[in-house]
Amino acid sequence: MRPFPAMIAGSLLAASSLFAQNGDLQVPHSIEAGSSFSIQSAGNGKGTLYIVGPNQVLERDIQLGQPVFFAQGSVYNAGRYLVIVRSENSTHQSTLDVTPANNPAEVSFLARPSRLPIGLHDGITGAIYVFDVYNNLITVPMPATFELIGPSGAKQTQSVVTRNGSAFTAMDSTPRQGTDRLTARVGDVASTRIVTQVPGDPCGIKMSAKPSGQQILLQTEPLLDCSGNAVPDGTIVTFTETYPGAQATVDVPLKRGIAQVDMPAHNGALLSAASGVVLGNQIRWEKQ
Amino acid sequence: MMTRLLPAFAILWSVASCAAAQATVRIEPPANPQGPRVLEAQTASAVVRDYLQSWQSMSAALEHNRADLLDADFVGAARDKLAKTVQEQAALGVAAQYRDSSHDIQIVFYSPEGLSIELTDIVDYDVQVLDHDKTIANQHMHTRYVVVLTPTESRWKVRVFQAQS
Repeated sequence: MRPFPAMIAGSLLAASSLFAQNGDLQVPHSIEAGSSFSIQSAGNGKGTLYIVGPNQVLERDIQLGQPVFFAQGSVYNAGRYLVIVRSENSTHQSTLDVTPANNPAEVSFLARPSRLPIGLHDGITGAIYVFDVYNNLITVPMPATFELIGPSGAKQTQSVVTRNGSAFTAMDSTPRQGTDRLTARVGDVASTRIVTQVPGDPCGIKMSAKPSGQQILLQTEPLLDCSGNAVPDGTIVTFTETYPGAQATVDVPLKRGIAQVDMPAHNGALLSAASGVVLGNQIRWEKQ
Repeated sequence: MMTRLLPAFAILWSVASCAAAQATVRIEPPANPQGPRVLEAQTASAVVRDYLQSWQSMSAALEHNRADLLDADFVGAARDKLAKTVQEQAALGVAAQYRDSSHDIQIVFYSPEGLSIELTDIVDYDVQVLDHDKTIANQHMHTRYVVVLTPTESRWKVRVFQAQS
């Protein structure tokens, strides 16, 4: 049994398949962005080597018949290049594919919105594009994770695989107001965005009425959303007083969680309060 | 979503055919597009139109070594890389003509917030390389491009422009 000649022949065949051969020019079919490589031309004398693509152009004076070495980082933009070796009396050409480096170096991450109400299904979205150190889009599928940590520390995680260099997520905003951290991670590279969750609409409005001199003092209880978060100060509460022949309306911003206003005391008036689409209780005012 | 998109892309084909002066253009319906956002026909049409226009800009910029011709259609890294090539070509006295003859375009991703669209394009094009106005090479290329576009004030601009093996 003599395996060696067969192995050597196989190795040579494998090696030759890595090169695009065009007569007297040997160019690697494909290299990783930024990696070193060499190009072999035939003949003798002086010549000029061009590597031409939309994203990069190189020109070198060469000695024909000698390998031309390109150090790491010489050709770093992914794409398809035309390789030309030109001498006084001949021109040879071939193509060279440069693929993105495999290690992600940057995750371009866009998360929306920056501010939203609590408890919104698929309310937070994020999209990523994954790039190598030379800013080439890495198009081979890569595992990516999205992690949302809410104000309470509760965590939502989604694992996805990039396609054509991109991936996305949609996550629910959590029940508690505060700051979320949304992180996208691919390999060792992570990018974080801050999302602010604000309380939702009031869950209900409870209003009381009591005499205040010649007027009525209307006052709400502290307004909470349906998850128990305090509705922010500045939220408008509309008080309405309806009495025979007329109606009075006053808009009041919440202050320290409550809204209050003095309104004229009309016997038999119907008093109500509302905020947005939420209607509170009604009170009929009888002379006291 | 797929059924909603099919009629839209049938319309697109004719729109895109007009947009490219000489190249033939085929728009593939999205096989399994990524992203939860519905792609309206008008948006898809604008994206394809602006992308095809970007080939004209790129070709003119690299033929005349004028980076300013890129501004209307490229932005970010794509513009920076092409502009650097223009600089390199000008320094070497080299120019390159890229003549696209056919495009086979498929929109593959529309980001949820609507701020980026990714497409793939199998392009046939011819490259002619000139050194100090003397033609030194001609080559036909058949290449798959991955392209990301983002909206600007008035049009979609190419942000990633990358050929794949």
